[in-house]
Amino acid sequence: MASHYEAPIRRPLVTGEKSYHDVTVDVARPVEGRANKQWWIVFSIALAAFLWGIGCIIYTISTGIGTWGLNKTVGWAWDITNFVWWVGIGHAGTLISAVLLLFRQKWRMAINRSAEAMTIFSVIQAGLFPIIHMGRPWLGYWVLPIPNQFGSLWVNFNSPLLWDVFAISTYLSVSMVFWWTGLLPDFAMLRDRAIKPFQKKIYSLLSFGWSGRAKDWQRFEEVSLVLAGLATPLVLSVHTIVSFDFATSVIPGWHTTIFPPYFVAGAVFSGFAMVNTLLIIMRKVCSLEDYITVQHIELMNIVIMITGSIVGVAYITELFIAWYSGVEYEQYAFLNRATGPYWWAYWAMMTCNVFSPQFMWFKKLRTSIMFSFFISIVVNIGMWFERFVIIVTSLHRDYLPSSWTMFSPTFVDIGIFIGTIGFFFVLFLLYARTFPVIAQAEVKTILKSSGERYKKIRERGDSLVGTGTDARTSGDNNKETKN
Amino acid sequence: MSSNKKYWKSVEELNENSSIVETLKQNEFVEEIPTDKFLGDKDTLEATSTTRRDFLKYVGFSTAAASLAACEGPVKKSIPYVVQPTEIIPGVANYYATTIADGFDFASVLVKTREGRPIKIQNNTIAATNGSANARVNASVLGLYDSLRVQGPKKAGESISWDAFDSETSQKLTNAAAASKTIVLLTQTFASPSTSKLISEFKEKYGNVRHVVYDAVSESAALDAYQAKYNERGLANYDFAKAMTIVSVGADFLGDWQGGGFDTGYSKNRVPDHGKMSRHVQFESNMTLTGANADKRVPLTPTQQKLALAKLYSLVTGNNVSVNGLPEKVEAAIKSAASQLKKAGSNGVVITGIQDVNAQTVALEINEALASKAFDKTAPIKTRQGSDAAVTKLVADMKAGNVGALIMSGVNPVYSLANASDFAEGLKNVDLSVAFSLKADETSTLTNYLAAAPHYLESWGDVEFKKGHYGLIQPTIRPLFDTRQFQDALLKWTGNDVSYHDYIKEAWGTDILGGSSFNKALHDGTFVGTIATETEETADASEEAEAPSGNAANTLASSVNSGSGLELTLYTKIGMGDGQQANNPWLQEFPDPITRASWDNYLTVSKADADALGLINHHVANGALNGSYAKVTVNGVSVTAPVMIQPGQAKGSFGLALGYGKTLGLKTEMQTGVNAYALYQNFNTVQDVTIEKAAGEHEFASVQLHNTLMGRGDIIKETNLEIFNTKDKKYWNAVPTVSLNHEPVPITSPEVDLWDGFDRSIGHHFNLSVDLNACTGCGACVIACHVENNVPVVGKTEVRRSRDMHWLRIDRYYSSEESFEGDNTKKDDISGLGSSLSEFGEMENASENPQVAFQPVMCQHCNHAPCETVCPVAATSHGRQGQNHMAYNRCVGTRYCANNCPYKVRRFNWFLYNGNDEFDYHMNDDLGRMVLNPDVVVRSRGVMEKCSMCIQMTQKTILDAKRDGREIKDGEFQTACSAACSSGAMSFGDINDKESKVAELLEDNRMYHLLESVGTKPNVQYQTKVRNTTEA
Repeated sequence: MASHYEAPIRRPLVTGEKSYHDVTVDVARPVEGRANKQWWIVFSIALAAFLWGIGCIIYTISTGIGTWGLNKTVGWAWDITNFVWWVGIGHAGTLISAVLLLFRQKWRMAINRSAEAMTIFSVIQAGLFPIIHMGRPWLGYWVLPIPNQFGSLWVNFNSPLLWDVFAISTYLSVSMVFWWTGLLPDFAMLRDRAIKPFQKKIYSLLSFGWSGRAKDWQRFEEVSLVLAGLATPLVLSVHTIVSFDFATSVIPGWHTTIFPPYFVAGAVFSGFAMVNTLLIIMRKVCSLEDYITVQHIELMNIVIMITGSIVGVAYITELFIAWYSGVEYEQYAFLNRATGPYWWAYWAMMTCNVFSPQFMWFKKLRTSIMFSFFISIVVNIGMWFERFVIIVTSLHRDYLPSSWTMFSPTFVDIGIFIGTIGFFFVLFLLYARTFPVIAQAEVKTILKSSGERYKKIRERGDSLVGTGTDARTSGDNNKETKN
Repeated sequence: MSSNKKYWKSVEELNENSSIVETLKQNEFVEEIPTDKFLGDKDTLEATSTTRRDFLKYVGFSTAAASLAACEGPVKKSIPYVVQPTEIIPGVANYYATTIADGFDFASVLVKTREGRPIKIQNNTIAATNGSANARVNASVLGLYDSLRVQGPKKAGESISWDAFDSETSQKLTNAAAASKTIVLLTQTFASPSTSKLISEFKEKYGNVRHVVYDAVSESAALDAYQAKYNERGLANYDFAKAMTIVSVGADFLGDWQGGGFDTGYSKNRVPDHGKMSRHVQFESNMTLTGANADKRVPLTPTQQKLALAKLYSLVTGNNVSVNGLPEKVEAAIKSAASQLKKAGSNGVVITGIQDVNAQTVALEINEALASKAFDKTAPIKTRQGSDAAVTKLVADMKAGNVGALIMSGVNPVYSLANASDFAEGLKNVDLSVAFSLKADETSTLTNYLAAAPHYLESWGDVEFKKGHYGLIQPTIRPLFDTRQFQDALLKWTGNDVSYHDYIKEAWGTDILGGSSFNKALHDGTFVGTIATETEETADASEEAEAPSGNAANTLASSVNSGSGLELTLYTKIGMGDGQQANNPWLQEFPDPITRASWDNYLTVSKADADALGLINHHVANGALNGSYAKVTVNGVSVTAPVMIQPGQAKGSFGLALGYGKTLGLKTEMQTGVNAYALYQNFNTVQDVTIEKAAGEHEFASVQLHNTLMGRGDIIKETNLEIFNTKDKKYWNAVPTVSLNHEPVPITSPEVDLWDGFDRSIGHHFNLSVDLNACTGCGACVIACHVENNVPVVGKTEVRRSRDMHWLRIDRYYSSEESFEGDNTKKDDISGLGSSLSEFGEMENASENPQVAFQPVMCQHCNHAPCETVCPVAATSHGRQGQNHMAYNRCVGTRYCANNCPYKVRRFNWFLYNGNDEFDYHMNDDLGRMVLNPDVVVRSRGVMEKCSMCIQMTQKTILDAKRDGREIKDGEFQTACSAACSSGAMSFGDINDKESKVAELLEDNRMYHLLESVGTKPNVQYQTKVRNTTEA
């Protein structure tokens, strides 16, 4: 499918004169090599955070939700904030792999593997919260419409929380299948390179017996396309449904029709920021600068800038509609949001989400690695605050002033959040050491059209015939590699 | 082992040659078993799907199952009745009428018992007097199951037998009598004719006996004034149902003023009827429940109150009294009050709470001058008889060593006397000291003998509430412990062998009943007699009563030394009273109706004084309230109390509640607050005081953290009498509208309803109506709900985290402007962002002397309930009878319903509140658990709970009627709150019964639903509050 010609004006997507074999070697390197000291340090920290989080979860489940800072007025706070935050982060993966696939955006190939991994790992974090936030999590399976012996008891299909169950589980499973499908040829590559029998065994299991026949490739392409088609609506539906948790309620500040598009934009926003955070580190640590180039980061920054602006428009629209509606409760809810006791959270959100991405209008800034990294962190903080603001500031002062109160987290609230961050990084770090972090099979398909080396050959006007051979793999030492 | 016994199988065996017998002997089975036929039928056998292997499987399974089932399960031992008592049917409640008379609270009550256990106190609706139980009385049932009760008689801390007790004490009493030393009976006010009679017999036997009545919170001044004027020791009896203009100078008559119990009558005239309602003007220093309900409230320091009363006297009676030093504004208010009183004439009444015999006399004189109908001179109140002078004399005598024996009952002077250390010292000089007490408290641990007393639900007794108005006390359960009541001991000491029950019966037969049936009186628990009994002349009380001066008003006015400094007014809280029930977790957690703080007493300070003294209140990160400490010094005695800044507190005045700071006889959790009795010097509730800021910060547990209504006039709709009488409903109680096709359509109309309605015309459809005019905010319903529904107590730290579990709360709002109307106008006038920012900010602060509004809020049982749609597991759903149900077993605890509840009435079980040592309250000890209502499940942790509209009660009513085959009459349906409400603010019933009161109220012009604009269609109605703000 990849044509071998791309306009010279387009910057190469793979830099550094890479041959096909270089791609293989570069991608397999982190898996085949040994972990360095930094990896172990980061992994230990993440593991410690994860274990601490587990401790807090065990404490919560054994003692009660009372260990959190919630109260009679604020029934959700960090739990659902974290849930929505993680689900939002999980959005970028599918958007990159499915939507950009359908739009034939080839630059996605360098980042989709990790973006999808991030998606799955963050949806796992997200999925934790609806379960542990329950007063009786051991009965959590009651939210599933499974045949039961409790008489005619059935779930309540009116409840957005039930829709969440379906949305999240569908999203997780489709993302998982999509990810794995893409992984098959790359696992097969690792399998074929593996020397240790145990490794070989594992990768052959993981690659589902991929043989590389034309039929395999044909099916692979078909399945990818079908899954991309399936996953695309999910990009919109998941966060739309999450937003329904709030939008269908009667609480001022929640009861808002703007929520679905606003949440989706916010999710893509935070997802891309998290992808930037992870990949800026990974390209350095795994020496993948030639694949994840400044151009990639720039493109993601542009997405961040656009979605950030959409979110900003949504924030301002909310304020406008609150005023325009003439509903006093609505008006007060937003006034309180911006100027009430939680004003700092609101303005932290505004600064991080609306103001900071505007720096990306400057080419110099959006192509700066350090600045991009900084902004990606800022955006993630801002998006956490957005959810906190929506949930807590709406609840803490709703209709009857007699019930107004405040929320402040306990060490358990904080511990569980940190625990999920730890869990996320544990998974991601393990992934980075054992999975092919770049979809090398896909990257190879564009190497001739978008690789720097081939672009140069074409520019010189030389033929591409035979340029794919590599002395290291062809076994023919006499044959010179043609440059 | 073989047996030679032969058993008869049938009569046929008598007949020796019976062929039947013979046949049966040969053939065990009468009919032939068709085995051959079955096995022979090859076709069927082959057609069957049961193979040999299957058969063996079944056999194997059955054997295993049978053997497993045969294993012994956990055995719970319970002892059945050997003889089933006829009156106890498991699952059916029995009710007994009795009376509480603990010296502070006197009320005719109905006690609900289940399987022999008293579990709830209700109003005795047939009682003509004191038939309403306040919050404390409602909670008093838990005192019976107090795990810290003394379980038997003790001598110097060691258990002894009653026989030993009897012989030792009798001996010592005889010795004391022989040594001609005084024997003193120091008791609470019993107001009991039989006890008085018994005491006089005791006096006869031992000679030198003095009976000193001691009320921890004394009404001695009022008693003295009444005695001087009417020659009878009692308290003036007022029926506010007969008063249209009420002027109170410092009398918290909706609280505990002169024994309390006036709210029922008061509320009757507070509901506008034919365009009329009473007008209530209150002059006071602390913000009291009474002041909060007043149409006009004027904050005055105690000194100013005296002047105001004298001025009022001069204006009403026309006798000139020179009064100087009142601010102009106050003078104007007094003039206006006086002119209203004069206009009202005999429909007016003036009362005062100033603890001064002259002030009390002035009030009586004004009422005389008005010929007030509300003032009933024929039946003075008997429930306070204490004499300050007698107690003071006793302490002096004890210290001097003149007291040979001191027998106490129902009092705790070492805790509640200002000069407690003198008393304790004097106690050492007494040869025999006995305390009848429920607890090993401050006093009873210092006496020689601690006589374990029974709870009133285990006792016999009688009470004379008012002259001629009686109540009987009967036990509702066999005494739980080895206890004996004071009267039985008196009988023993006087050598009388009859039981106290027989004694009362006899006494009533001769002195009170006048031929009526004792059993009927006992059944009713109340009796109104025609024969007047003489009140016992307790020693010293009469002789040493302080007499008012000839010209009381002048003396009162001139007694005020101008320019006196800061003044402290000691008061009792609705929840704690004089402090006897301090170990009652319900009452500790009961939020004060005014401050909404629980588990504490505190110094109430006006904002101006707080600023001057550098005292602050502030909210911490989780919203909880913190306050400075202040050192409160009265005549050299200091206590350090936390500070609560109280809107409406008169500048220069301070308030502090009595009844807290107990240290003995109660659990650690209940040892809350500071003991303000130390400042209650000379039994005067008003003291000159110095206040200093002290180090540190106090953590309050307040259930309401925001005090103002923020101009949200649709939460508490209110209007004034003039508008109510003259204008259309649209003007003062408009139904909110929404726009449909650019036309305003009422929110209640079906056109704008998104939902399909149910047919509610069949069966019952319950509604609860809350009349904001009748509700005084007394909180009896809060405790009744707590008791009925096994609502857990969560403790101070959890309340502080805003996790109180009350299913029913009474919201209290202060206005930010002078009135709520002012708030609404201010909010409506807001324009632009700048003004919103500043004015909403201002509206968060209460005014200096705010209007106050109370609003009981429970689950509104919305027909379109926001909680029901969001529960993922359908744990909360709608019932046919209008209730919003909560299936605890189904709840997984997502709390989504609570978030989506606009009324915030849902309560989550954050922890396991029962069977958990972390929460050492009644649900966690075996004795305390006895009070649980078996009809209501005790919720587990992780489950949402809320008001059920007492479905266990309505279902019981329905089933009873069904069994009897009759229709249910209006008034039969009750909830715990509506049954506890003695002011008539709550009406519950079936709106499908068109004749019912609640159906009528639904159509009332004053009716509105809370947050109607949200479209939830609640089944709880509120009746618009009408204020009588017209100045005459």
